[in-house]
Amino acid sequence: MIYFDNSATTKIDDTVLSTYNTVARDIWGNPSSLHQMGDRAAQLLTSSRQQIAQLLGVKQEEVFFTSGGTESNNTAIKGTAIQKREFGKHLITSSVEHASVMNDFNALENLGYRVTRLPVDRHGRVNVNDLRQAIDTDTTLVSIMGVNNEIGTIQPIDDISDLLTNYPTIQFHVDNVQALGKNIWSQVFTERVDLASFSAHKFHAPRGIGILYKKTGKMLSPLLDGGGQEKGLRSGTENLPAIAAMAKAIRLLLTDEQAKAEQELAIKSKISDYLQTKPGVKIFSELNDDFAPHILCFALKGIRGETLVHTLEDYDIYTSTTSACASTRSDEASTLAAMHIDNDLATSAIRLSFDESNTLAEATEFIHTFEQIYNHFAQINHLGD
Amino acid sequence: MKYTEIMVRYGELSTKGKNRKDFIGRLAGNVTKVLHDFPEIEIHPRHDRMHIVLNGASFSEVDQRLRKVFGIQTYSPTIKVEKTLQAIEETSLELMKETFKPGMTFKVNTRRSDHHFTYDTNELNTMVGDYLFKHMADLKVEMKHPDLTLRIEVRQDAIYISNQLLHGVGGMPVGTGGRAVMMLSGGIDSPVASYLALKRGVDIEMIHFYSPPYTTQKALNKAKELTGILANYSGRINFIAVPFAEIQETIKEKLPEGYLMTVQRRFMLRLADRIRAQRNELAIFNGESVGQVASQTLESMAAINDVTTTPVVRPVATMDKTEIIKLAEEIGTFDLSIEPFEDCCTIFAPPRPKTKPKIDKAREFEARLDVEGLIERALSGIKVTTIHPNEKFLADKAEEDAALL
Repeated sequence: MIYFDNSATTKIDDTVLSTYNTVARDIWGNPSSLHQMGDRAAQLLTSSRQQIAQLLGVKQEEVFFTSGGTESNNTAIKGTAIQKREFGKHLITSSVEHASVMNDFNALENLGYRVTRLPVDRHGRVNVNDLRQAIDTDTTLVSIMGVNNEIGTIQPIDDISDLLTNYPTIQFHVDNVQALGKNIWSQVFTERVDLASFSAHKFHAPRGIGILYKKTGKMLSPLLDGGGQEKGLRSGTENLPAIAAMAKAIRLLLTDEQAKAEQELAIKSKISDYLQTKPGVKIFSELNDDFAPHILCFALKGIRGETLVHTLEDYDIYTSTTSACASTRSDEASTLAAMHIDNDLATSAIRLSFDESNTLAEATEFIHTFEQIYNHFAQINHLGD
Repeated sequence: MKYTEIMVRYGELSTKGKNRKDFIGRLAGNVTKVLHDFPEIEIHPRHDRMHIVLNGASFSEVDQRLRKVFGIQTYSPTIKVEKTLQAIEETSLELMKETFKPGMTFKVNTRRSDHHFTYDTNELNTMVGDYLFKHMADLKVEMKHPDLTLRIEVRQDAIYISNQLLHGVGGMPVGTGGRAVMMLSGGIDSPVASYLALKRGVDIEMIHFYSPPYTTQKALNKAKELTGILANYSGRINFIAVPFAEIQETIKEKLPEGYLMTVQRRFMLRLADRIRAQRNELAIFNGESVGQVASQTLESMAAINDVTTTPVVRPVATMDKTEIIKLAEEIGTFDLSIEPFEDCCTIFAPPRPKTKPKIDKAREFEARLDVEGLIERALSGIKVTTIHPNEKFLADKAEEDAALL
């Protein structure tokens, strides 16, 4: 079995799972309880938060636990929009965001907010000049992802940060769900970033847990009202086993980060180099510093992505169409569409996404398998002609 | 830079004569205590200086410890070199390069106790100065108030070179000021008062009143952990936990509200005094600051102090709260002090305590109680533990957490 769908979800790590189990079994008190068992849980919660803050290079009080990427994105975006509605109702995002960002803005638009969706170039990148022109006195939020989940483009977060330095009251959110642990941290997380989202199941931890980074002093309206956990920003009894497991997973993730990223890039390069030689194959994820090392998106002309995914599956190779979250909907406005890629080619796209457990041997095997599939489809589609 | 020894200069020797020997002996003992985990280090106390021979130990680690030892005025990391001009020059250059910053002034100051050495002090000053000028840019000499003084000491056995003068915390070596009890609540003031007591050389034992179930184990552990921070300044501190709930309950039941606070405090002082006497100590220290709360008005202090003639020393009596907080931050107790656990002073605090209680009234009300019985029972319940530097009582699961995470 070859699993090349790590951007959708990763396999939980055994030791992370064992932390989850130990905590669920032994440290099950409610962190808000006054007694010793609550105390013990509260202490582990603090230790987890401390460790995460230290690993991310932020302050402990800037780490908030949520149920995952979608909730972190929603809290950052809706939370800002509501909190700052007195100051303006103009919001800016890009046209290539994840559904949990895009649909957030659609919902806010229905509530009367004005949303600007920045276009992207043929690499899927936002242009800082477009952003500069979009900003007006009503703008309260800019939300741009760090790494695109479909083709792996790294957005110019550093340049955007430079621009936004002149607009200190605009809250800057970065959806960094695909960006952590890929040795590109300084490109996608700057001093100017006010809010950032993370999701644990993208790095070998359980699903249902994530992080919202919120810079000290920045204000958000909570989406959940309740017992006031997470300093009132995210009520609900803390999911301590998952939180502790996530803290451990981040430590493991960031250990030898560079070597892992190099390994992923080597796999991507190998497959990409091979695909380059195949007529009818169009590669969207380039092999340069503007793209994350772990995502390779390409299309085989004339064959729907879905077909290719299922064909590969017959050989026990797991991939996805461009985004797992969008794969069940064919009319989804995708990154490729925003890049003005022909609809036919866009619907042919598939995404391979790697992690550090993938090997070059798997890449070789993939190439070998793909060669057979390709020869079959190429013949039907006259690709070699 | 690999320093070979540290030269320590003593602080104020306020009383001379035989006390001087006590002072030096005690200081050497305290230094030994804080450096106990460096077996290679040798400590030589002499009448005017103390020499700490590092034998390979890291100066920066030793430096961290020495900064907290009372009785040290200044100290200088020093390098011992063989008695040749070349060794002096090369080592001097290395030292200067490490500590010199552009714009600084310097001078060379040679002392010579070996008068058979080839060069005299003036020659050495000039030669070493010239050598440094030749090998370093931007050097400027200043005889009166140089930023850096390169000290060269020519002794019988070797030559010692240093160019840094580091400041210790001053004060008197802990133990030279006698022994006393300290009333430690766990708030901001009493840890600061403890620090100031230690600074004057007083060897203190902590007395902490606790009132389960009104106060929690956490509050007790917090006081212990504060003691652990203060133990950095003295090596170790005894912690005496005194159960206080029965006394508080009895007072609350039998006395009018206005005098609850005054009488509680009188009991605390009585207990502190009895413990002090049992342990052969001379005084009671506390963290009272004039006018800060109702129990700390002069009238209250007089009514409370009525129960003993033992000296009650209040190191922070005249400090402002902001000054106390600043010091608490410096000595590292502040963050812990503000952790919000109920302590026995807050749990039975009456809403309207008398700020001007009368001594006569306090005595009169107290006559309704079995004072001696209450005191005896509290004393029979005390627990003494010895607390070492940075000992942890609150975050005792950190290791377990680290294993999980």
